[in-house]
Amino acid sequence: MKVRVTVNGRIYERDVEEHKTLLRFLREDLGLTGTKEGCGAGECGACTVFLDGKTVNSCMVLAVEADGSSIETIEGEAEDGKLSIIQEAFDHRHAVQCGFCTGGMVMSVRELLQRTPKPTIDQIKEGIDGNFCRCTGYQQIIEAVLEASGQAELADKGGLKYV
Amino acid sequence: MFENIKTDDLVHVGKYERRQEAVAKISGDAIYTGDMVLSGMLHAMVKKSPHARAKILKVDTSRAEALPGVRAVLVGNELDYKLGLYVVDKDILAKREVRHYGEAVAAVAADTPEIAREAVDLIDVQYEPLTPVLNHVDALKPGAPLVHPDLGSYDFVPVFSPQPGTNIPNISKVRKGDVEKAFSESEWIIEREYTNPSVQHVPMETHVAIVEWKQGDNITIWTSAQSPFTVRNLFCHTFKLPLNNVRVIVPYVGGGFGGKAGIMLEPLLACLSRKADGRPVRMRATREEEFSLLPCRSALTYRIKTGVGSDGKILAQQLTLYWDAGAYADYAVNVTRASSYSGAGPYEIPNVWLDAYTIYTNKPYGTAYRGFGHVEFFWGLERHMELVARAIGMDPYEFRMKNLLKPGSRTITGELISEHTGSPQKCLDAVAKAINYGSLTKEEAAREKRSGRKIGKGVAVLHKAPAMPSFTATAAVVKMNSDGTVNVNVGLTEIGQGSTTAFAQITAERLRFPVSKVKVTVEKDTDRDPYDWQTVASKGLMLTGNAVILACEDFLRNAYEVAAQVLRAQTVDLDHDGDKIFVRHRPESSVTFAALSVGYAFPNGNAVGGPLVGVGRYAAQGLTNLDKETGQGLPALDWTFGAHGIIVEVDPDTGEYKVLKVASAFDVGRVINPDLVRGQAVGGMIQGLGTAVCEGYIYDEQGHLLNPSFTDNKIPTAKDLPEEIETIAVQVPQVDGPYGARGVGEHPMISVAPALGNAIQHAVGAELLHMPIRFEDVWRALRDEEPIDNWITKTPTGSCRSDPATRAHSPDSAAAP
Repeated sequence: MKVRVTVNGRIYERDVEEHKTLLRFLREDLGLTGTKEGCGAGECGACTVFLDGKTVNSCMVLAVEADGSSIETIEGEAEDGKLSIIQEAFDHRHAVQCGFCTGGMVMSVRELLQRTPKPTIDQIKEGIDGNFCRCTGYQQIIEAVLEASGQAELADKGGLKYV
Repeated sequence: MFENIKTDDLVHVGKYERRQEAVAKISGDAIYTGDMVLSGMLHAMVKKSPHARAKILKVDTSRAEALPGVRAVLVGNELDYKLGLYVVDKDILAKREVRHYGEAVAAVAADTPEIAREAVDLIDVQYEPLTPVLNHVDALKPGAPLVHPDLGSYDFVPVFSPQPGTNIPNISKVRKGDVEKAFSESEWIIEREYTNPSVQHVPMETHVAIVEWKQGDNITIWTSAQSPFTVRNLFCHTFKLPLNNVRVIVPYVGGGFGGKAGIMLEPLLACLSRKADGRPVRMRATREEEFSLLPCRSALTYRIKTGVGSDGKILAQQLTLYWDAGAYADYAVNVTRASSYSGAGPYEIPNVWLDAYTIYTNKPYGTAYRGFGHVEFFWGLERHMELVARAIGMDPYEFRMKNLLKPGSRTITGELISEHTGSPQKCLDAVAKAINYGSLTKEEAAREKRSGRKIGKGVAVLHKAPAMPSFTATAAVVKMNSDGTVNVNVGLTEIGQGSTTAFAQITAERLRFPVSKVKVTVEKDTDRDPYDWQTVASKGLMLTGNAVILACEDFLRNAYEVAAQVLRAQTVDLDHDGDKIFVRHRPESSVTFAALSVGYAFPNGNAVGGPLVGVGRYAAQGLTNLDKETGQGLPALDWTFGAHGIIVEVDPDTGEYKVLKVASAFDVGRVINPDLVRGQAVGGMIQGLGTAVCEGYIYDEQGHLLNPSFTDNKIPTAKDLPEEIETIAVQVPQVDGPYGARGVGEHPMISVAPALGNAIQHAVGAELLHMPIRFEDVWRALRDEEPIDNWITKTPTGSCRSDPATRAHSPDSAAAP
């Protein structure tokens, strides 16, 4: 079946088998491998992308369902070679370890900040609750979100202490 | 090395530094093995056993082979190879008998994943189910069915002790002093048994590899692995190939936690590629396969008997560890060994009798997992110290302080503790202060009154040394480019721990270069990088860090030699900065590193030197094998000590609880990068909290794994974070560590669970002996009822909080099932 989508502002048209997920379509047909599969069951959030302005687990959406839609992935997060505010904060705050969850995590954070420009810590936790991270323990991610939302002073409290 | 320089006098070490490879990861550019596509690449899938133990009567692959697009089908009987890290006990595909639920019995490589899946469905396997050996303690009983009747014929590494005719692939022992006499002299003797189930590592990236077996037995392996040289070594051992026939490449790795330490999918994919005329064959494990085809962390039953003198000093301990290896020995035998020399904790104990058994059962097999046994046995040990202290009427903090190792103490294997070994006391003291141990603050008292819930505080200590061969070694190579920047190659893999960045900082410090001039290569390649044993055990920072320093020294020596010729000076008169080498007493006489980098050319065209390279090699110093009968010897490269303090709020009626604060302290010797230390500390602590609160494998009585998914096997999410987290670094320098540093990769996960159990007991009095601590376990303990052992169950009741609907409404008051 023919599918026409806009991904990160570029138009793609491909023949797709009906059973193919949006995740596999992005990775295998379009070569956009920044979006990862962590479980294939909509549980872990590693495959989070924007579909017409809302985040979805792309492993739970068929590519044919996305026909005519606008999709945004981690590859579209930086603009003109410049990291976005969220990416910059993730880098600055060591919110990345193995990096496998990071693409999906950044997508969820972007949606959170679009909805709630200055989230509380509880709202941040709620906003990234669907994105598993096994490495960081989330703390430095939360601090990065605070920084990205102009609340760096709240993030500064958590640093390493020395005795 | 350089352990006595004050951090204030250092430029890069101990300072803020961004992660080297962060931008590649944040932008989606980093290529992991599963992102790769090779020309002609085939896709593999395996047929898995639905039984825990069964005879394989017949495997019919004819229909699969006839399916268009199928390029290779394999069954166990075609493959005459054995695999194994320490005890060579595993077939590439099961032959004659399957030994655990989810074990691979046949495999297919096909043009597409869809065809591979269809082909696997067309394979018909006939089984005769047998009664599985599920309970590891029962597996020791006389007459128990043998998981490996051929154990006596297997090859094994001689530091281990397989017991043919039993289910025991290894026993490790420690004998120190006279335990019987010491018990007879003890004022108190306290004995308990502690347990925990198997758990899964859950790297976000499941296991994935691509292998191609070309003509002339030239093999290339791309794999998400922690230890490329170990993959190569074991692979060549199995297939009897020269090491330089096999090239192992490790792209970016999406987390390991020990689960990717050994050799996994690679041999199977190699055999499929060979059968498919050398086409590259790829397999990526599904999340369900991650739980059952691939290994987990072993379950443990730990029986501890402690004798204490009238002054509160521990006189004797009798320790028995029953490790559930599952179907294959893999790392479990070495976890067992580590749990022998380390199993009494950071305490001074004059009389010890320790037996640690590795036990085969018909369950998915255990492997290395962050902490390498210590998370499991410290659950029992630090709960036990709490119970002993309470039983003898001493404050648990004071009891620990009285018995902790200190300079002049000897460990249970006879190692002398010195001023430089590190300080468990400082760690314990730091976390006790951080949680205001011993009393409630005004706010806490008010909160208790307001909520009707009880607030409790508990502490637990920990230690761990790298579990590794005594002769573990590594190397580093520093190579200069013609613009004066350097590339550093090490064999240690970057799996998210951040060692790449730490090595860049160490390189920059030693060379006096800005970090921006240093690139430590992330992707590993056994054809290109110098050897490293494995990326495990929290030994990377210390061993590879030292090798990096030595490579820098060698590099500078080589650079100075050429500069001396160029400047017509003796090397002793030379010095350098980040840009150039100069004559100390005449600094205007200088030559840039860039001019020396690939050989210096004089104005008339003559050249000296050549591309600047520095090589550093480092091997663990002074370690010995352990005596097989007494366990005595020197196993520890270094001990990293630590402690956690936890404040918890418990509902005394329901057993529900909420973690309010976790404070963690580790004696890291020297902080190389504060944010990396905190990343390990918090990440490990939360992973430890997952183990403490809810994670665990649940089987039915036939040995089927009931919860191989995130629906039924929860890991912590952001909403599971404690309200407050505090991370504290203690810095008693390690004399032979790089700038005095020790590893801290695994330690944060250890002893989180007992600190939580101790805090819950302090709050409401529940005596908890089983981990994880589910709400219903607290509830039952409060009623002095035995815990329900539903880890092998007739009635599958998921792990705690398995109902997502409950969690969505109120994370604070999630009801236990």
